[in-house]
Parts: sequence; structure tokens; C-alpha cells
Amino acid sequence: MGVSILGLAWHSLVNRSVSALLTVLAVALSVALFLGVEKARTAARAGFDQTISGTDLIVGAPSGQINLLLYSVFRLGNATSEISWPAYQRLAARDDVAWTVPISLGDSHRGFRVMGTTSAYFDHYKYGRSKPLTFSEGRAFDDIFEAVIGAQLARDLGYEIGTPMVLTHGLGTAGLSDHDNRPFRVVGILAPTGTPVDQTLHVPLEGITAMHVGWETGTRNPLADTLSESVIRSFDLTPKTVTAVFVGLVQKGTLLRTRRAINSDRQEPLLAIIPSQALAELWAVMGNAERLLLAISGFVVAVGLVSILTSLLTSLNERRREMSILRATGARPSHILFLMLAEAGGLGLAGGLIGMGLIQLIFSLTAPLLTASYGIALPGTGLSIIDGATLLTVTVAAILIGVGPALVALRRSLADGLSVKV
Amino acid sequence: MEPQTCIELRDVTFAWPGEPALLDISRLTVSQGEKLFLKGASGSGKSTLLGLIAGVLSPRSGLISVLGQDQAQASGSQRDHLRANRLGVIFQMFNLVPYLSVLQNVALPCRFSPDRARRVSENGGVNAEARRLLAQLGLHEPSLLSRSVSALSVGQQQRVAAARALIGQPDLIIADEPTSALDADSRDRFIALLNAQVDASGATLVFVSHDGGLAGQFDRALDLTTLNRAARRQRTD
Repeated sequence: MGVSILGLAWHSLVNRSVSALLTVLAVALSVALFLGVEKARTAARAGFDQTISGTDLIVGAPSGQINLLLYSVFRLGNATSEISWPAYQRLAARDDVAWTVPISLGDSHRGFRVMGTTSAYFDHYKYGRSKPLTFSEGRAFDDIFEAVIGAQLARDLGYEIGTPMVLTHGLGTAGLSDHDNRPFRVVGILAPTGTPVDQTLHVPLEGITAMHVGWETGTRNPLADTLSESVIRSFDLTPKTVTAVFVGLVQKGTLLRTRRAINSDRQEPLLAIIPSQALAELWAVMGNAERLLLAISGFVVAVGLVSILTSLLTSLNERRREMSILRATGARPSHILFLMLAEAGGLGLAGGLIGMGLIQLIFSLTAPLLTASYGIALPGTGLSIIDGATLLTVTVAAILIGVGPALVALRRSLADGLSVKV
Repeated sequence: MEPQTCIELRDVTFAWPGEPALLDISRLTVSQGEKLFLKGASGSGKSTLLGLIAGVLSPRSGLISVLGQDQAQASGSQRDHLRANRLGVIFQMFNLVPYLSVLQNVALPCRFSPDRARRVSENGGVNAEARRLLAQLGLHEPSLLSRSVSALSVGQQQRVAAARALIGQPDLIIADEPTSALDADSRDRFIALLNAQVDASGATLVFVSHDGGLAGQFDRALDLTTLNRAARRQRTD
């Protein structure tokens, strides 16, 4: 029996448990921060990529593909121009197109974007891994003045099924007068998706046209509010333009050919983009910020490792006697080196493992909460190759850091000889 | 039959770099099985001498033969090897590793020396041998064995240190003022117990103390102050 050399390192460390624990804690927190940032980054990337799926092409008026993606999918910014209704009809009639969902943007309601579309939107719009939109309450709209609202909008504004809404043209927060001639009301609330759909108010395309009655000139016609509901309903509410069109193809194989055909339409200039491609390009733009964050958390890990160095150096004096005794009882210089390096590596390994466990715990506690209330899945937050690589790197770095103090301890133990300095 | 030589020093000098000579011994011989008492006041170079014999210090010049190995010529790892396998060391105080139990402290040399571990396993294993030595040094109580060493009295600690030095039958025991922290009763008892165990194992003992009154309990006594010409010079300065 007796105590192994590794056991000696362990007993010695336990003997100084308070400072050892503090060191491990510093390393653990820094590793947890680093892994947290890394995993959140992966999850954000994955969640971002899954904002839209199942849609083969997005078609809009020519601008840039990021611009089109931003306003059609993320509801950010505005379209500079629109697609004419006949152009949309030609697109929908193409043989290689299986389905189309036109959308019309440009209005907002109390800070949330209003999107005009058809009920086909609820069948064809997919997010995540081809997850369809589902209703937590109610149903899709089938009348001009019916609206379907996203989960976050419902929560923030406290809207329920049947809540009446005043929708007018423009981005103002409230109308100047009553608009009871355009009585929109909520008929459906969507389940949380973790995408911009949650913040969107969906109405039929005809509803958008109805909102715009009296605004045809671009300024508000004083007579607009005098029109009765039945008069508005009697108008031809077919939109003259749409902002963008989501397109599904009959065969994925024709993707590039169809895209080229749409982009070279002779009658009206159009821009067709492939969502995944545009998302990748957009991420490349946004990626710098998250790389900076990762670099900063990397430096925090370095600070954590420096705390190991501090701990080793401060322990050298109190261990001087210990090292002399070990030398006198037969410990070779290699044993002294091993003791110091094992301690450094042990502190790094323990800190790394605890940091890993900590971040797993945090994610496993918060993930169900996030999914339930925001529909945000945190993909890629489980144990991964990154965890293993981080653990290995931290441990090896800790051992390398231990080399300096180990050599100091060795030199002292040789110089002290057999006389124990106290 | 002439007893074999355990330690032989010839014309040994030692000095720390940039300092005057601390040790200058023309001749010192210790036979195997002999119990030598070295009287040395503080500053007489006794710790340096023991460091040279144990091979943790290297002389500036001269020959230091310990158990047939010239420590002055041997490599660091050869000296480490000799110390681990064939030497036992007892200090003045603070002999024990504070975070190990009594038994673990006694067993420590067997961890560093395969030779001592092998000899101990022939005697029934590390624990049995440690218990036997502790018992013969007057530490019988079973509760004592697993206790933290800091809970022991100084006298008990020194006996644990003696047991550690003796485990695995080393050929040479070096004791550096092991009794100076003890009162008269425990001092005499400690020396008697140590001598009995050294006799039983046939080891050689070099016992250093400033207290010349202890000399009578050993085979032979030398005064380091007269032996060490460097110390003599300092005295006459």
C-alpha cells in the first residue's frame, strides 16, 4: 500500500484545498464562459440558418440578395420597389413552380410589422428542419379583415382571439381618428417559432389593399374614413403589387435553371435568390462580431490559466520543506517535477471539467424554458468535439505553465540539500 | 575479520560559490555497522557534511566513498539512487510530510525505492513492516497510525521519522540533531530505541548533535570542530 506519486500530489493539494479550490473555480468560470460563447455562437448560427426552410427561391424587385433576404424574411428595412401583380401571376403560372406565396410588406402596427399574404403561407412557410407553422390558438384567416398574429406579438400586446385592431397605412403608432370602417380582428395565434414570424401580424393581401383605400396618392385622403365597410368591401381589392414571393419548385433539380429564367425575365426585372445562399452571405457579414466575442472569451481563459501560475508560485515557499523531506526520503528530481506538473495539470483538468459541467447544466436548465416561451431551440449545445478540444488545450496549457514553477522548486530542492529550511 | 568501510572521506573541501571554504576534512572513516557520534556546534559544517555524504551536495575536491560509491564522481541520478535505496535520514524537526498519515509517512521511502519496497515485501508488506517498526519504537497504539502527523508530540514525530529512515533496511542511517527538540527523558529513550533498531538491522549510524553528553551512548565519538580544518581556521581567526 502507501501513497503513489500521484497520490502525493493529490494529498498535497487537498492540504491546500482553499487556494486550490479558488484556482479551480477561476479556471472553471473562464472555461464555462468560453464554451458558453462558443455554443451560443453555434446555436445562433444554426438558428439563423433555420429561419426559413422549404422555400426554394425568394423573388423580389432587383436590389441585392442580402437586402431582399432582410426585408422578406427578417422584416428588416424596406423594399425599394415592388413586383407587379401580372409579373407575380406569370411566376405562379410557370410549369416548374409548385407553389407561390406572395407577401406584401411596408406597414406596421404598434411597432410590429404587418404582412399581407395568402393562407397558403401557413401551409408552405417552414422554419428549422422543415417545421411548419402551427396555431397555438384559432385558425388561418379567410376574410379580408381577419388577422393571424405571431406568438411574441400576442404576448407583448396582450392580444387574444377576437381582439379588434386598428390598422392604417404607414408606420405610425396610432391613427388620427376611428377606423371602424376597417374592423380587423385576431382569428389565429401562431405557436412560437424563434423566427421573425413571432413578431409579425399576418393579414390577407386584400386586407392590405383595404388599408390603403384613401392613400392611393401617397397622402391621406380626407374622405378615406368616411367610406363604410361595405363600400370598401365592394372595391376590387386585388393588389396591384406585391413585395416578394416565396417559391417552391416542382423539382429541386431545376433550382438554378429556374432562378436564371426568373432573373432574365424580359417583361419585368426580377431578382430570385436562394435563401440558404443569401443566409450564408449575410452571416459572413455578421460573423466578425461573434469572432471578436470568441477572442475575448479566449483571453479570459488565459487569465484563468494565469491564476494557476499564481497559485503554483505562491505555494512554492510553503512547499519548500515538503520538497526537502521528499528529496531526503529518496525522491528524484523527476519526482519533484512530476509533483509540480501533476498539480498544474490537475488544476487545469479539474477547472476544465467543472467549467464544462457548469455550461452543460446552464444550457440544460435554460433550453426547455427558451423553447417553451420563445420557440428558440439551442442546437449544438450538447457535448461536442469543441468541449474535448478545450479541455485538452486547457490541461496541456496548465502543464506548460507549471514548467516554470516546477523548475524553481527543483532548483531549490537541490540547493537546500538535506537541511530543511523552515 | 576486518570490518568493511561504510564511509570514507579523504581531503574533502566544500564551499558555496564565492564564499570561503566551509568544510575541509583530511580524513574520516566509518566502518559498516558502526554507530558514530559526531559532535558539532551550529556553524561547524555538520549539515554540509551530511549533505555531502547523502549526495545532495557535491564537494569542491576530494573523495567521498559511501557504501562503495564515490559520491564526488557519481552522477546526480547515481547519488539519488544510492540515497533512495540505501540511506535513511532523520532531521532535527519537521521531519514529516504534514498531509500524510503516520503510516503513509513511514511507507514513503518504499514509494521512491524499488529495492526497499522489495525488501519490505519479503518481510510481509509495507504496512506490516511499518507497524512493526513503529511498535518497536514505542508507538503501539493502533489509533495513532492513521492519525494526522501534526497531532503527534515532537517525541512521537521523531520516532515516526526514525521508523521511516529504517524501513526497507537501509545500510546507513544519518541523523541530524534528531533529539535537540526533545526533553532529556524522551531524548535518552529515543537514542536507546534507535540504537536497538540499528543494531537489529545491522545498519551504520552517523548521529550528529551539539550535545557532547550523548557521546557515551555510541560506539565512537568525534568532534567535528577538530575534524574540520576550515572550522578550526575560523575559530583562530
